[in-house]
Amino acid sequence: MSEERFEVEVTVNGVRRGAHVPARRLLSDFLRHDLGLTGTHVGCEHGVCGCCTVLLDGEPVRSCLMFAVGAAGHAVTTVEGLAAPDGSPSPVQRAFAECHGLQCGFCTPGFLCTVTALLRDNPRPTDDDVLEGISGNLCRCTGYQNIVKAVHRATEILAEERRAGSA
Amino acid sequence: MKPPPFAYRAPETLDEALAALAAAGPEAKVLAGGQSLIPLLNMRLAAPAVIVDINRVGGLDTIAADETGVRIGALARQRRVERAAEAARAQPLIAQALRHVAHPVIRNRGTVVGSLAHADPAAELPVVLSVLGGSVEVAAAAGERRAVPAAEFFAGPLEPALRPGELAVSAFFPALAPRAGTAFAETARRHGDYGLAGVAAVVELDADLRVRAARIGCLGVAATPLVLDLTDVLGHRPPDSCDWTAAAEHAKRAVRPEADIHAGADYRRHLVGVLTERTLRAAATAAREGATDE
Repeated sequence: MSEERFEVEVTVNGVRRGAHVPARRLLSDFLRHDLGLTGTHVGCEHGVCGCCTVLLDGEPVRSCLMFAVGAAGHAVTTVEGLAAPDGSPSPVQRAFAECHGLQCGFCTPGFLCTVTALLRDNPRPTDDDVLEGISGNLCRCTGYQNIVKAVHRATEILAEERRAGSA
Repeated sequence: MKPPPFAYRAPETLDEALAALAAAGPEAKVLAGGQSLIPLLNMRLAAPAVIVDINRVGGLDTIAADETGVRIGALARQRRVERAAEAARAQPLIAQALRHVAHPVIRNRGTVVGSLAHADPAAELPVVLSVLGGSVEVAAAAGERRAVPAAEFFAGPLEPALRPGELAVSAFFPALAPRAGTAFAETARRHGDYGLAGVAAVVELDADLRVRAARIGCLGVAATPLVLDLTDVLGHRPPDSCDWTAAAEHAKRAVRPEADIHAGADYRRHLVGVLTERTLRAAATAAREGATDE
């Protein structure tokens, strides 16, 4: 007996994308294997490492702890969707590059999505807010110091951009 | 790893959901936030024949607070409940405990009622419901409804008192009494992990600001949430002259923790003592501050 498949349509980074998948297809695998968006990384597949974090209707979620069928009709933003349309990196991406907030890069897509939402909700986070905000994302290279610096640097860049925008 | 195959149902109304659960019987699992169920599927520790995904059912994401308490619907996400000011006013212990539930990103998806229905004795929310004496509203096809008190709902580890075909539709957390205060604390290896041990405390004062009632709920030290009434141990005294250490010693003697790879039984017992004293003092302070604000 072949497994039942479902037509799943999701708006990914502003574009309507679809595939015919079984109900057990994880959103992370749907993005990577069915849509070819391999920027979303898969680490532990049980919600511990945070590498697969994407934005679902703007809120960060673990894409390995959701089925693609459950995301049908919703909007997903992956790391590929964070940069500006002309390809220039977002403030959070620039801050991670400036502060060496990554080495091997495996955890980076998850951090970028998590931090993008964190700073949208809380533009002036305290040190504790930053630590709490990124506590669900593991990095095996950096020792986190440069990631924390990058988050604070991103708040500065975002504040500068807001001032420039309102001037 | 990847989840095993299952038949998938995505009902859009409560009646459809209950019909799907009734048809699937004991082989069905309900999917709400999925932050406990999907890891179990990914690790192939669970292989239900049918998954009934209730995420598209309307009307289940409610958070309603009044002077009697807070009723939380099956699809209300933990992060939303944590931020709901009216819920925190009616019963602050819910948000105090939610801050210890995994990480913010997990709480964006996880639900309060789902955590109760998962009935993990190391989890925070079952202890909160138990120490407050709350209940879970359960529905089944053919219009059956029943409210299950927390003391009966947590029947065993990962074993809620839900019969095949039943759905936990909401949970009710009784309001904070006048001149009462709450506190929550746990010790975990890493912030966001399951606690090695944790304590939720509720202290109520009388009109003369003496202790009228004191209860704690403990996580991680029994097969189900363990509630202890410490009123008699403390006596009806003003908080300043209460022997908190004696209450902590009483709690240590009452728990029967087990050892695992994370911590030994003695260490867990020690933690229960430390956390009991800390949370009782904090809850009594909160109760007195609330009373003097009146």
